[in-house]
Parts: sequence; structure tokens; C-alpha cells
Amino acid sequence: MLTTVKRVILAPLTAALMLLSAGAIAEYPEKAISYVIPFGPGGESDITARHQQPFFKKKFGKDLVVSYKPGGGGAVGWAQLNDMPGDGYNIMGVNLPHIIVKPLQKDVGFKTNDLAVIYMFHYTPDAVVVTTDSQFKTLQDLIDHAKKNPGKVTFSGSGKGTANHLAQVTFDKLAGTKTTYVAFKGTGASVTALLGNQVMGQWGYTSVGAKHSDKVRLLAVAMEQRHPRFPDVPTFKELGFDIVSGAYRGIAVPNSTPEDIRAKLSSLIDQINADAEFKKKMENDGFALVNVDYKGMQAFMEEKRKGYVAAAKEAGVIK
Amino acid sequence: MDSLGYLLAALTPYHVALAIGGVVAGTVVGSLPGLTATMAVAVLIPITFSMQPASALILMGAIYTGAIYGGAYAAILLNTPGTPSAIATTFDGYPMAKRGDGDLAITLACIASVCGGLVGALFLLFLAPPLANVALSFGPVEYFWLAILGLTLISALSQGNLLKGLIGACFGLLLSCIGVAEISADVRLTFDSQTLLGGIETVSALIGLYCIPVLIDLVATPDRHLKVENVSRGYRLHEALGISWRNKFNLARSSVLGTLVGILPGAGGSIAGLVAYSEARRSSKQQGSFGHGAPEGVQATESANNATVGGGFIPTLVLGIPGTPPDAVILGALLIQGVRTGPNLFTEHGSIVYVFIWGLLIATVLMLPIGLLIGRYAYRSIVTVPKALLVPTVAFMTLIGTYAIRNSVSDVAIMIILGVLGWVLGRFGFSASPIVLGLILGSIAEQGFVQGWIIGAAAENLWGEFFGRPISVGIFAFILLSLFSPLLLSRFRVKREMARAD
Repeated sequence: MLTTVKRVILAPLTAALMLLSAGAIAEYPEKAISYVIPFGPGGESDITARHQQPFFKKKFGKDLVVSYKPGGGGAVGWAQLNDMPGDGYNIMGVNLPHIIVKPLQKDVGFKTNDLAVIYMFHYTPDAVVVTTDSQFKTLQDLIDHAKKNPGKVTFSGSGKGTANHLAQVTFDKLAGTKTTYVAFKGTGASVTALLGNQVMGQWGYTSVGAKHSDKVRLLAVAMEQRHPRFPDVPTFKELGFDIVSGAYRGIAVPNSTPEDIRAKLSSLIDQINADAEFKKKMENDGFALVNVDYKGMQAFMEEKRKGYVAAAKEAGVIK
Repeated sequence: MDSLGYLLAALTPYHVALAIGGVVAGTVVGSLPGLTATMAVAVLIPITFSMQPASALILMGAIYTGAIYGGAYAAILLNTPGTPSAIATTFDGYPMAKRGDGDLAITLACIASVCGGLVGALFLLFLAPPLANVALSFGPVEYFWLAILGLTLISALSQGNLLKGLIGACFGLLLSCIGVAEISADVRLTFDSQTLLGGIETVSALIGLYCIPVLIDLVATPDRHLKVENVSRGYRLHEALGISWRNKFNLARSSVLGTLVGILPGAGGSIAGLVAYSEARRSSKQQGSFGHGAPEGVQATESANNATVGGGFIPTLVLGIPGTPPDAVILGALLIQGVRTGPNLFTEHGSIVYVFIWGLLIATVLMLPIGLLIGRYAYRSIVTVPKALLVPTVAFMTLIGTYAIRNSVSDVAIMIILGVLGWVLGRFGFSASPIVLGLILGSIAEQGFVQGWIIGAAAENLWGEFFGRPISVGIFAFILLSLFSPLLLSRFRVKREMARAD
């Protein structure tokens, strides 16, 4: 009898307590997260974010809502990131080398260290791309031709001071060649120039090889190991050039975001990266996953900064 | 599956419903200044995850084509291009609406859009693989000359006021330089303001320069916004069909031009409309009526810009190179679905491509009744709503629309400043169009020139790069024709009159 009374009184009490404690250690995320891409729709930053979208929903039950804030090559968005509420529900895509090189060029409204980057989830490795009917069968063919005709080998690439441009500068230095880099507005335009034979080659990405596999050939990729999608394409390292580079993409939060949420978000993105299906989809599109989490970010950024700054100085992009 | 099978697959109630929904949504979105086709398609991406690729494409294609048509409403009724594609629609559409023919202009725009859309989609259906190569044959230099050709239109647009037109264009060219340069990554003309880093966004400039002066004039003058007849004249469909039949060559030419420009990844709907407009004007017997409410002008632009939809899909599906900005988004959505674009798509995945193309054709045909209905409603509401309600509503829409483009408050500020500036300049006889042409074409011309120069210099053949390529030479010839034909024509006329006087 007594026990029943106890139970009747206790049951709602325990329930209330459980609710309270649940509120205190609330499972982040509780609602949809706004994911701002500081570029226009349809680019690689958009596409890779879109790849994460369904996995996030499936694993954590909440939506990632992608929106765009393009302008100034990403600078417009990054300059505004820290003004957003730091509640974990506002996150923004970040790109390397952009966030390192841009603030060194001019006051673009943000400094690299202002950005609280919590995860780097993949990179698009740089690659030398030629059309299938190109005279260059191997990277050595290209180097030989470039040495005989200084300045005459033209490469298209996306933008100046970008991953493509810095890779071209680094390569010229290591190979002792002099080639001409022609900047285009985005990778799409740079591929179009290659396919239309406006230029002899492209400093592009492995993703270009995946997307246009019937029309282009990769001569080398800037990775530690060969890309699983292109087992026959050598790395620059194999050929004797120490180049491992590309456009890295990750996620940053406003710097007012509490530490525990940063760590939690970092582990959520990590779980998506660990998903075999996600990995397969990304690699099939030519991307390569990296798993740099919040703990390892500082060391990673420091290492990348050295390489990018040196190349950007070489390229004359920064003083 | 044969083509009848594909057609039947596109005609399932589900696909027809998607087409209807897409066209309705697209038309509404396109009619609101600032909300573009690109944005409408991007918003849809998460919905398409769960769809079959062909269904997703039909929905996105229908929204896209509806939005391009919807852009005509604001252009005709408010002198504000709802999307950049409708810039040239304002030239004659608004004067028509001013004199009380707004209903006719909208019906004409609807018929022209359907014609253009059908021509574009038919080219996509039958000639996509060979035509895709057009996209590749245009290099930097060709885009440079194409942009210059577009700029020569200024001489036609600013009759009797060439100097003011040129000053306006130079102002527009300067505006296009603001921000981080696309090619050299230099930061230019920002005066250390972070607001200007992102440059002048084209659509917000359009809204400011075209719409704000109209709003100010609405407040400043006691007249009604548009002239209205008291008799209800329905859709004026019969009259519009008559005019369209008389101008069938104009419609056909503009549609083909629109398709071709749509194939070019660096061009897009605004240039397609402008090129078709100037060609329609050049070959018209009544050149003088252009700019003062010539139905042919509305027809040329509207058929050309809807033809870019089908045209733009050609390089998108065959080469994986987006022909227009909305195509880039659609391509991204396809990639996520695991659909590889390329020539194989047409041979091996016919069930996706051909069902989609038939779906696009069906959506385009459906645009006729849907467009007429929505157009009638849009016209009625703009005409009958009292000014006291119209002005704040439109003003509010321009603010929201401008903000929505890049989620940016600075764009709204820039829009208002440009708007007031446009109104003041208008008082001194400077019109908005040369400024806008300078802004849009400036960056295309600059990029093409710089890239062409670097490539030419590397090959040690600058002259050959700019004047030795067949397509360049062709466009260059058109530029000369467009620049000097008014001069030669008038001299010819003077001579003839002198001969007559003798």
C-alpha cells in the first residue's frame, strides 16, 4: 500500500528530475543547424557540404540547412562569421589556402586566427590535368617540353593565390621549369578552357579527373599515396617532387561558441567522415578525406601555413 | 525504350504534377525582383535527394524555366527585371505598360517564352551532343569580343544621346571593377571598406537602378502608375497570337540565338536577351519604335531568354560544364545523386535524359495556360492596387529580394544608394541601361581580355590571339557592323534625300 503511494508520488518526481537533468546535458544538436557556404551554389564547397547533408540527418536526426553568402572569394562570409550567435547552430565552411593567404594580402575583415576551425573533413588534391589527346603522356613529357620552351606551356587554373596557383608556382620551382598560369573564374571555367584547347594543361584537382574521366588524363596527383579512384596515376612524390597539396575544406564556428559544443560538433563531423558510404561517395567524386579534428587543428594549421606562405611569397601574391 | 516510351514516362501524373508545381513556383519566384532562378533551384536540392534523377531534373527544369518567364512581369509592369535575363524586356515592355498595353505585353511575353523554351528544348532533344562543342569553341578572346559586341548596343539604346550613354557605360564599367578582382585577386576601388569587398552584386544593382527610380517617381507624381482602360479586355490572346504570327521570323531567330548563347558557359540569359534584342532591332523595318513600346522587342528578349534554358542544359548534360548559373546547381544535385554527366548519359542513361527532356517540353507547354493565368493576376493586382499600397509593397519586396541574394545587408545599402543615384542621373538624361550593361559586360570583357593577353603573350602571338581566330573575326565583323551601320545608313539616307531634292 505504502509502496504504491510512494510510487505514485515518486514517479512524476523522478520523471521531472530526469527531464531536468536531460535539459542540462541536452543532446546537441537539438534543432537544425545553419551551414553557411561562403561561395555560390554549384561549386565544390557547395557539393561537398551537400554530401554531408543527408548523412548528418540520418545519423543525428537534425537537418544541416545549407545557405550561401558569396563574395570576395569567401572573405565576405568569413568576415561576418564571428558576429553570428555562438550557440552551435551557426557554422560556416572554411577553405584552405584561402583563409591563410587572403588576410595576408590585404585587410579582408578577418584574420586567420579569428576563425575557430573545428574540423577539416576533406581536401581536393591538386593534379596536373591534360586532355586525352594531349601530346603529354607523362609528367616528364611536359617537363621536357617546358624546359625547351620556357614560358610557352600554358596552364589554366581557378583564381590567383589559390591552391591551383600555389601548386603551379611550387612545381615550377621544384622542376626548374617556367610555365604560364592563366587564372579563370572557378574550376568550371578552367576545365572548359582545357577541354576547348585554349590552354595546354590545367592545374586542377582529382575531382576534375573524376567528373570528366572520358576526356581528360591526370599526369600526377599531389597526395601522399595514390588516389583510390586513379590507381594508375603517380603521385608527385613518386616522381621526386615533394608536393602534397590541394584545397582543404572544413567547418568553423563563431569564436563565441563554447568549448564543449566545439568538441561535440567536431566528433559529429568525424562520425560522418568515418561512414564507409560517405567515404565511397566522396572518393568516387575525386575528393580525399582527411580527419583533422578540433584537437589536432592547431598543429595542422601551423604546418599548412608554413607551406602556403612560402609558396604565396614565391608567387608574388603576398609580400 | 523508344522515344514514345520516354514521352509516356514523362507524362505520368506524378511527373506532370511536378512540372505544374515547378512552373507555378518558378513563375512566382522569378516575378519577385531579387529571387533568381539559381536560388529557387538551390532551395530545392534537399527535396530532390529522395527523388529519382529524372523526376528531380523535371522539377528543377520546370522551376528554372518558370522563373525565367516570371522575370518578365516585374520588367513589364515595374520596369524592374525580375531576373537579369529580363533586362532587355524592360526596354519595350515598360513603355507598352505605360501606354496601357501591359496586358498585351504579358501575353506576348508568355507566348514568346513558350516558343523560345520549346526551341531550346528541341535543340536539346535532337542536337545536344554536336552542339555541346560550341561551348568549347569559345575561348577567352571570344568572350571578350562578345562582351564588346554587347557594349556596342549602347549606341543603339541611347539614340541622340550617345555621349550620355557612353558616360553611363563607363560608370558601369567602373562599378564592375569594385571588389576582389576575379582573375588577378587584386582588391580594387574599395577605399578600404569591407562593405565593398564583395563587389557590386549585379541583381542588387539592377533592382536599385531600375526599380528605385520608378518608386520615387510614383511617389513624386500624382498620375496613376500605368494607364488603364476601363473595359476589360481579357487576355488579348487573339491579338497577341496575331502579332506573334506576324513576327514568327523574329521569334525563330531570337529563339535560336538564345539557344546558342545559352550553350556558352560564360554568357547566360542577360546576354542572350540583349543580343536577340539588338538583332531584332537591326533587322526591323521600324527601328524607331524600339525603345518606345515595340512588341517585337519584348518578343525577342523573352523568346531568347527562355531558349537559354534548353541551350544551357546542352553543355551541362553532355560535357558536365554548366551552361548557366542554375545549371551549375542542377549539376551539383545530379552529382550527389551519383549521376555522371557526359555523352554516355545520352546513350546509356536515356531513361534519365530523355524522360527529363520530354518533361521539360511538357513543362514549357504547360507554361502557356499557367503563365497567362498568373500573368493576368499579376497585371490586375499591379494596375488596380492603389499607389499607397503598391509603393510600400514593392519597396519592401526590393529590400527582401536584395538581401536574399547573398544574405547581405551591405547589398541592400548599395542597392538603395545606386537607386537614388540612378534617379538623380535620370533627371539629367542618363538612363539606367548603359550603366547596367557596363556593369555586367565589364567583368566578362576584362576577364576575357586579360586571359587572352596572357595566353597570346605566352605563345608570342598576341595579334593572332585577338584577331586570328575564326569566331573572333566573325564577332568582330558584327561589332563593326553594329557600330557603323547607323552611320552608313544615315549617310545613305541623306544622299538619297539630296538626290531626291535635285
